[in-house]
Amino acid sequence: MTFDLKIDEPHPDHRADGLTQSVLGHDNDRPDGWLKVAGSATYAAEEQADDMLHGFLVRAPKVGAVSCPNLEQVRAMHGVRSVLRDRRMIRNAAQGTANEAPVQGVDQAAYVGQPIALVVADSFEQARHAAQALVVSVEEDDVPVLPDAVEPEEPEDKKTEIGDLDRAMSEAAFRIDAVYTTPSMVSAAMEPHAATAHWDGETLTLRGSLQMLKFNRNELADSVGLDPANVRVLAPYVGGGFGSKLGISADCVAAALAAMELGQPVRVVQHRRNVFEVNTRRSETRQHIRLAADAEGRLTGLGHEALVSNLPDEEFSEPVIQGSHFAYAAANRTLGMKIARIHRSAAGSVRAPGESVGVTAFEVAMDELAQAAGVDPVDLRVRNIPEKDPESGKPFSSHRLEAALRQGADAFGWSHRHATPRQQREGEWWIGTGMAAAFRVNMVIEAEARINLTRDGATVMSDMTDIGTGSYAIFGQIAAELLGLPLDRVEVQLGDTRFPPGSGSGGSFGAASTGTAVWLAGMEIRKQIADRLGCSEAELTLQDGMATYANKRASLRDLLSHEPITGHGHVEPGEAAEKVRQATFGAHFAEVAVSDVTGEVRVRRMLGSFAAGRILNPRTARSQCHGGMTWGIGMALTEELTHDRRDGHAVNRDLAGYHLPVNADVPPFEVHFVEELDDWAGPTQAKGIGELGICGAGASILNAVYNACGARVRDMPATPDRVLAALPS
Amino acid sequence: MRPFDYQRPDTLSGAHGAARDGATFIAGGTNLIDLMKLEVMAPDTLVDISRLGLDRIEPHGDGLHVGATVTNSDLAADLRIRRDYPVLARALLAGASGQLRNKATTGGNLLQRTRCPYFYDTATPCNKRRPGSGCAAFGGEMRNHAVLGTSEHCLALHPSDMAVAMRALDATVELEGADGTRRETALDDFYRLPGDRPDRETTLSAGDLITGVILPAPFGGRQTYRKVRDRASYAFALVSVAATVRMENDLISNVALAFGGIGTRPWRDHDVEDLLTGEAPTTALFEKAGDILMKDAVLREGLEFKDTLVRRLLTATLTEMTQ
Repeated sequence: MTFDLKIDEPHPDHRADGLTQSVLGHDNDRPDGWLKVAGSATYAAEEQADDMLHGFLVRAPKVGAVSCPNLEQVRAMHGVRSVLRDRRMIRNAAQGTANEAPVQGVDQAAYVGQPIALVVADSFEQARHAAQALVVSVEEDDVPVLPDAVEPEEPEDKKTEIGDLDRAMSEAAFRIDAVYTTPSMVSAAMEPHAATAHWDGETLTLRGSLQMLKFNRNELADSVGLDPANVRVLAPYVGGGFGSKLGISADCVAAALAAMELGQPVRVVQHRRNVFEVNTRRSETRQHIRLAADAEGRLTGLGHEALVSNLPDEEFSEPVIQGSHFAYAAANRTLGMKIARIHRSAAGSVRAPGESVGVTAFEVAMDELAQAAGVDPVDLRVRNIPEKDPESGKPFSSHRLEAALRQGADAFGWSHRHATPRQQREGEWWIGTGMAAAFRVNMVIEAEARINLTRDGATVMSDMTDIGTGSYAIFGQIAAELLGLPLDRVEVQLGDTRFPPGSGSGGSFGAASTGTAVWLAGMEIRKQIADRLGCSEAELTLQDGMATYANKRASLRDLLSHEPITGHGHVEPGEAAEKVRQATFGAHFAEVAVSDVTGEVRVRRMLGSFAAGRILNPRTARSQCHGGMTWGIGMALTEELTHDRRDGHAVNRDLAGYHLPVNADVPPFEVHFVEELDDWAGPTQAKGIGELGICGAGASILNAVYNACGARVRDMPATPDRVLAALPS
Repeated sequence: MRPFDYQRPDTLSGAHGAARDGATFIAGGTNLIDLMKLEVMAPDTLVDISRLGLDRIEPHGDGLHVGATVTNSDLAADLRIRRDYPVLARALLAGASGQLRNKATTGGNLLQRTRCPYFYDTATPCNKRRPGSGCAAFGGEMRNHAVLGTSEHCLALHPSDMAVAMRALDATVELEGADGTRRETALDDFYRLPGDRPDRETTLSAGDLITGVILPAPFGGRQTYRKVRDRASYAFALVSVAATVRMENDLISNVALAFGGIGTRPWRDHDVEDLLTGEAPTTALFEKAGDILMKDAVLREGLEFKDTLVRRLLTATLTEMTQ
């Protein structure tokens, strides 16, 4: 039986609080954690087969028409089985939820690094060597690669014009008018994109490193020309995605085509240098931010206009201004996007697309306003919290920003800070603190899950993925809580398109979407048990494998002796999104040291305070926040994908040149969760947590840099040279 | 990576015998293997020198002889190095990562190649990789490049931290030629400037094998290595300085300074040291030292910051060392 739910209304019945198994909301281990530590959780490239062939992608060295003059010689090289130049190969990774093939083709390179061939050989080494021997000739096109080099698109539907911002600016007591830039960034997940394809003449089975399998199956089927019914995709373990594995990538299609041609399993692992080019990057942004405020620092106007880029024919554009639509009240508002069509690698979703860079720049601007107006930065945010959505007028489903700000400030010791820069010094190091608010839209998408309850326990199934976030843990907890089972009697099976289609991992919606589907499946089973016991579901108590109603008591083993029970859950977004504005909120606090000699910045501590509805597992939630805050360090201080100004290619395309924060850059973190149950989030009252931790994190660091030494850096990352240039002399 | 032969001789003469044309010695391989995977380097034969007994640190006169295959980790941890040559221990620990230092060797570190991204990108021209093909860094993205010792053909940085400290210590490289004859070359004479042949990076002859590095008698005095980088670990120097200073009667009696992150080779300028020697330490003096150091610097677009940064670093370091 299926329990269908469309989220049209709030769910004020906090059923999770009345359940007695006491696992949901608790700090439980990840069941996959031990497997990963022990190495027994295998990843896509670890799939074994005796007759496995190995593919290596060949990249276009320039933009233009491509040919391979020595293809036949390469085909004859030792161990080489095929050199694929198949027009079904994809230009770049599919965008998230594309559900169809991305742009395809190998004859025309749209960006440097586009895969234009796959060399397949008996061994990986043979494939790589032959791929390097393949001569790629390009009739070069003269194409723009700099965002400023073209007239950008200015989509009308991304424009918001309310009131008169120019007038508000001219009449303001305090105003900020500045430009902020962020560079291209990449997900740089630890596991490189990889696929292993098997073809049995009818069915294609692909083991991939992917985030959203129900979409990925259709993308792959469409790319290679198969009925989706004949395509199975598996991704039980994924070593990080951060958006870069939302859609299928070049490895998937190339491996599938090679397996179909050769009739043997084919493995394609993207070289780390491919990973930086073939998969979607976060667009660089140029953000013009204007703030107009009255004498008390209340915003009378705000402007947020951003320039981003992408390849021609890509629908995605970094939604930089997404958070600014609802973050702060202001009567006069100008928001808009410009999209430059240039020939750098494709841009797409990277952890918290939009707010990660948009909120970060905006929160630096808010710090500048706080400084100009002489208002404490925390008070300035509180003062500007809107009572309802400032543009649509819809009520907020729940709004705990003030609590996040105040509780965070208390826990951090914010009241001890110096209000003006350059007040505290240790040797050559300036010490300072900074803060920023965090905003992130909350989304639910359609998801299904199934639970089979047998005498031995429960099995939860969905094609949902766990990309390192804790899906396995929290789905097990939800099922165990509802069914009254110890955690070790619940098994969670994910990452296989033969299971019911979950939400996939992306947009922080996994826990609330697939989690709700699991909840509904569990509820469906509770109803059936209640029927067997002769009571209503609400009257039923399930705990430690026993079902209790009034004076009736039966073990689940006995109740299930003849017939296991299956429950199917199905959730869809409904009218809630029309009725209320739903988001997650938080606050970041950072303490930094800045060298007065070199401009080097060291983050000394960070604290994040977050409101994201019910926290299903504090440990996995906290880990997500730690990850986001670490990304904030990267955004503020170290990460920049550099494009060659002549042909746009990614210059620093490896982990030595692209500077992710390393252990030595990451200080002790503290994470605080604000109590919140958002009734509009569905029966679990839980919202997404995965991306909130990055939104604004970098701004707290940059604002701390200013507070420490007086250097206001508006171009990220704040590398030593930029800090030195901004240091007051 | 092209197919190659691999030999692991047990004796030095065996190593020379194995090292024919097209062969390359390999020690830790932390750089060479990467370059081979990308086919930036494609030797026919690798001659592994890890079993030649060159992994010892031994007294040498009043100084030390450091075998060519002593790892960076072992060298940094050696008590004699920590006590008598702290500038070297600090430089070693400022380089790479713990895992890399466990593999990387003394000889290999001296011979590591530049990290210019265009050198690693076989889709672009590079005079160091293919002499005469041109230089893609010019007009490209220049941030981790040199401002001293450059030519119109190449501005690739030498990336080593260790070699910078060794240059300040007046270290000598011990070599054994293909015919078994030993000779020594001061580190000052070991590295070439790029000129019109940036592919020729050292004064080594074909078949020469580095057998060790000789550190002279301990200098004493105050020593430090300071490195500025984009993140706290595992990043090459934007600018670094190795400094050894002795003071006498509040005057600088002896000073050696070498720099990383600015030169096409580990950089040392004796004019700077001559200026400082015998003088009383003042900020004005240190700033003048910066002027001398940077007088021939070519600050191409994107590299201007190195001028400011190295001067600030020099002044701050000398101030600290002479107080």
